[in-house]
Amino acid sequence: MYNFIYEKVNTIEEVEKLLNESEEAKILAGGQTLIPTMKQRLASPSTLVDISGVEELNFINDNGNSLTIGSTITHHEVSSSDIVINKIPSLASLAEGIGDPHVRNMGTIGGSIANNDPTADYPTACLSLNAKIKTNKREINAEDFFIGLFETALEENEIVLSIEFNIPKKSSYMKFPNPASRYAMAGVYVSVFDDTVNVAVTGASENGVFKWIEMEEALSDNLSLENAKNIKLSSEGVMSDIHADSAYRANLVDVMALRAVENLI
Amino acid sequence: MPTVNINVNGQDLSTEVEERQLLVHFLRDDMDLTGTHVGCDTSQCGACVVHLEGKAVKSCTMLAVQANGKNITTIEGVADGDNLHPVQEAFRDHHGLQCGFCTPGMIMAAIDIINRKPNLDEKTVREELEGNLCRCTGYQNIVKSILAAANK
Repeated sequence: MYNFIYEKVNTIEEVEKLLNESEEAKILAGGQTLIPTMKQRLASPSTLVDISGVEELNFINDNGNSLTIGSTITHHEVSSSDIVINKIPSLASLAEGIGDPHVRNMGTIGGSIANNDPTADYPTACLSLNAKIKTNKREINAEDFFIGLFETALEENEIVLSIEFNIPKKSSYMKFPNPASRYAMAGVYVSVFDDTVNVAVTGASENGVFKWIEMEEALSDNLSLENAKNIKLSSEGVMSDIHADSAYRANLVDVMALRAVENLI
Repeated sequence: MPTVNINVNGQDLSTEVEERQLLVHFLRDDMDLTGTHVGCDTSQCGACVVHLEGKAVKSCTMLAVQANGKNITTIEGVADGDNLHPVQEAFRDHHGLQCGFCTPGMIMAAIDIINRKPNLDEKTVREELEGNLCRCTGYQNIVKSILAAANK
C-alpha cells in the first residue's frame, strides 16, 4: 500500500481538526475493509485518523424503547452484549454472522454503515429498526442515510458517532451468505412494531440496501406465511454475477423473507 | 517513522515502524517471529492469526501502529517453556496438521474459540473455523484436536 500519515486521536474534536486539515484523510476504525482496499491500492489516503481509542464512541446504551450503539463497537461486542441479546436478539445474531471471528473482533458497526457495501448486513438492521444515525453534525434517519452503492448521505468530514435502533416487538434477520466471503447474497430483516412491519433487504439490489414496501404492506396487514408467499421480488434491478443471476437472487430474497417470517409466527 | 510500544509474548519493546507496515510483517521481518504465516494476504485464510489483547485477529489486516500500547501473543508465545500449550499438545496427539502451514493460525484461533465458547460441540467448532483455511483439507483432525483440547 502507499504510505500515509498515521494519527491516533482521543476525542471527536481531534478527528474533526485532522479531517479539516487534510483533504485526503480517512477515518480508520477496525480497518477490516479499509486496509484490504489500501493494500490493493484502491484507496490511498494521505492521513489515517485512528478513532479506535475515542472513548465516547465506545458504548452500548439501553434507552428503554431503543438501543444506542457507539460507532467503534465491534461486531463481536454487539453479538456478545447482554443488552443487545436481551433487547434485539436478531441484531446480536446478525453481528455474529458477519465475516469470521477474527474479522468480528476488529470490524465496527460505524465502519460497516459508513461504507454501505450493497451486501453488508448492518444496513438492513438500520432500515428495518427505524434507526437514527447520529453524526458530529446532525441526526439522519436510516431511510435518508443509505443512498446507493457504497454511497451514504454523509458529507465530507462528517463522522458517524452512534446508531440508535428502535426496539421492536420481535424481529428476525435471515441471510444466505456467500459460502466464501460470508457477505449476504440475500439478507432480509423483518421487524414487527405495534402498528407496522418493516422489511429491509441487502445483497440483492443494484442500488444497495432497500425497504421492501410490498412485503411490508402484506405483512403489516397480517403477519403470516400466506401473505409472505404471495409477494415475490421482481428480478428487475437485482444484481447478477458469477455467484447468482438476478432471477436466482430474487428467489433467494423470497426464501429468506419466508424464513424470517417463519421465525416470527 | 512513529515509535510504537508493544508487548509481544510478554516482552515490552519500543521500536520505530513505518506507518504502512502490516502487523504480520513487523512480527516476521522485524521480530523474527516467523511462526505467524502469510497465506492469502487478503483476510481469508487465517494463517496470520495472532492475539491482540487476548482476542484473535488477522495480522495481515492490521497495521503494526494499531498495536501501539497493546499486548500481542503469537504462536511462539503460547507454550510454557518446554511444555506445549494444551491446544498444541492436542494438535500433536490427534495429528491435527498435515503440511503444517495453517497450524499456527489454527491453534491461535482454537485458543480463542475455547476461551469464548463453553461446552463446545463439533458443529460450533466448524462454524468458528470459518476464518481459517487448510489447503490440505485436514479439517477432520483439526476439529478433533480442538474438541479434545476443550475437554481437557
